[in-house]
Amino acid sequence: MRAFLGLIRQDLRLGIRQGGDIGLVLGFFVLAVILFPFGIGPEPELLRRVAAGIVWVAALLAAVLSLDRLFATDYADGGLDLIALSAMPLELAVLAKAAAHWLTTGLPLVIVSPLLAILVDLDPAALPSLVVGLLLGTPTMSLVGAIAAALSLGARRPGVLTTLVVLPLYLPPLIFGTGAVEASLAAEGARAHLLLLAALSVAAVPLAPLAAAAALRQALD
Amino acid sequence: MDALATYVSMGGYAGFVWSAYGIAAAVLGGLALQSWRRYRASQGALRNVEPRVPERR
Amino acid sequence: MLSHLANPARFMRISGVALPWLGGVSLVVLVLGLFWSLILAPPDYQQGESVRIMFIHVPSAWMALSVYLFVAVASAVALIWRHPLAEIAAQSAAPIGAAFTFVCLATGSLWGRPMWGTWWVWDARLTSVLVLFFLYLGYIALVNAFDDASRGGRAGSLLALVGIVNLPIIKFSVDWWNTLHQPASVLRLGGPTIDVTMLAPLLVMALGFTLLFGWLLLVRMRTALTERRLRALRIYGEAAAGNASEASSGAARPAWR
Repeated sequence: MRAFLGLIRQDLRLGIRQGGDIGLVLGFFVLAVILFPFGIGPEPELLRRVAAGIVWVAALLAAVLSLDRLFATDYADGGLDLIALSAMPLELAVLAKAAAHWLTTGLPLVIVSPLLAILVDLDPAALPSLVVGLLLGTPTMSLVGAIAAALSLGARRPGVLTTLVVLPLYLPPLIFGTGAVEASLAAEGARAHLLLLAALSVAAVPLAPLAAAAALRQALD
Repeated sequence: MDALATYVSMGGYAGFVWSAYGIAAAVLGGLALQSWRRYRASQGALRNVEPRVPERR
Repeated sequence: MLSHLANPARFMRISGVALPWLGGVSLVVLVLGLFWSLILAPPDYQQGESVRIMFIHVPSAWMALSVYLFVAVASAVALIWRHPLAEIAAQSAAPIGAAFTFVCLATGSLWGRPMWGTWWVWDARLTSVLVLFFLYLGYIALVNAFDDASRGGRAGSLLALVGIVNLPIIKFSVDWWNTLHQPASVLRLGGPTIDVTMLAPLLVMALGFTLLFGWLLLVRMRTALTERRLRALRIYGEAAAGNASEASSGAARPAWR
């Protein structure tokens, strides 16, 4: 347990000390959202209709951007070998890395999202479902993203590959996340969508580390 | 001749129907052609290489 | 039966015999199916002659999904039981599946255009097939992304398993998404019900496509095995030549991968 938390803490410290990673993710998130009104016009009516989609797609792309760094540095400097040889099961190490990734990627996205919701004129009544949806969906993105990042280790063009591999896997959280926002404005409320998002994350916690660890073992062989 | 023309025009949908069948034929036929060509090349290369390999006793 | 075929040499022998027969039968069935689709089948009372596109579109959708299932099962066999031919089967099948997926998307677009006026329709089936196309592309890209071919093969197998686990989730979410954003008119590319006269050519084309897949699979697997053997022979030949020249001249042995 201590080793697990220690690994999270170590990754966090590296991430925050470098600072660039969090900044890159947030910067891309904000920029992507800001670009949309320039592209589709500033009418509030139109923006409000697509607000949820804009925020979620931007969050998704920002998350994809950060995935390569999940294992790459450890793989390059041999740290991954040490982790694999240590007493901690590799699956647990993956979980720790995904948790650190979420803390430096997903959580900042969730925190910044209300500000961006203002920029795209999201209906204020829908804001809670947007934030809660992102809170429930970003762990899935970190966990599933870890699978893609692990599979691409050592490949010739890891960035493109990771993106191509992970995008179909990101569709369900995207659909349920944006659906939650729209549903919260309608009669039925966002509960079903949010529960589905939660279910995806809960399912990803045991399953994604399994697949990612298997992929890491293939990379380290 | 008139019946043939009527048939080919596909009730006005000629462009769509024949393009669809054409694309299917092109893609699947192209895949078949490429697979077969590569297969024949590999078989030919094997026949060239095999006799030269020194016998392992 | 699978373990009986595990021996590559035996597989080459059996598939070599089966290949021409499979090719011949699939050709006959396809010609029969095309005749039925293009000539025998009557035009639809609603869609007119454009319904004939369905005889390509629907079977190719079935193939797109079935071949992905094949790739996933073969990948599972490769990872779990290490069946020597399983990985080759999966990698040989994937481009065929991608081809069927592309045909499904293209014919779906051509079918939808005269009906609904747009070249693309985000209905549940077409969207799912589009996602499936990207699953194929991801698999093929991953397998070919590594200098070490065996690493690519194992990574691809793992990705195929992840994909097949995700596929029902994706299908469910796409269906959900589609009903959420249901436009006024119900877009169902299948039409209300399929008449029996329509069902027969559909099934014949499906059978023809399946046989074609089998033939293509065997051709590609035989090619892959032969190419693998060629690489091994080339290395063996180089090593033998290196030994001979080393014995005579003492020169450095040529490096080989």
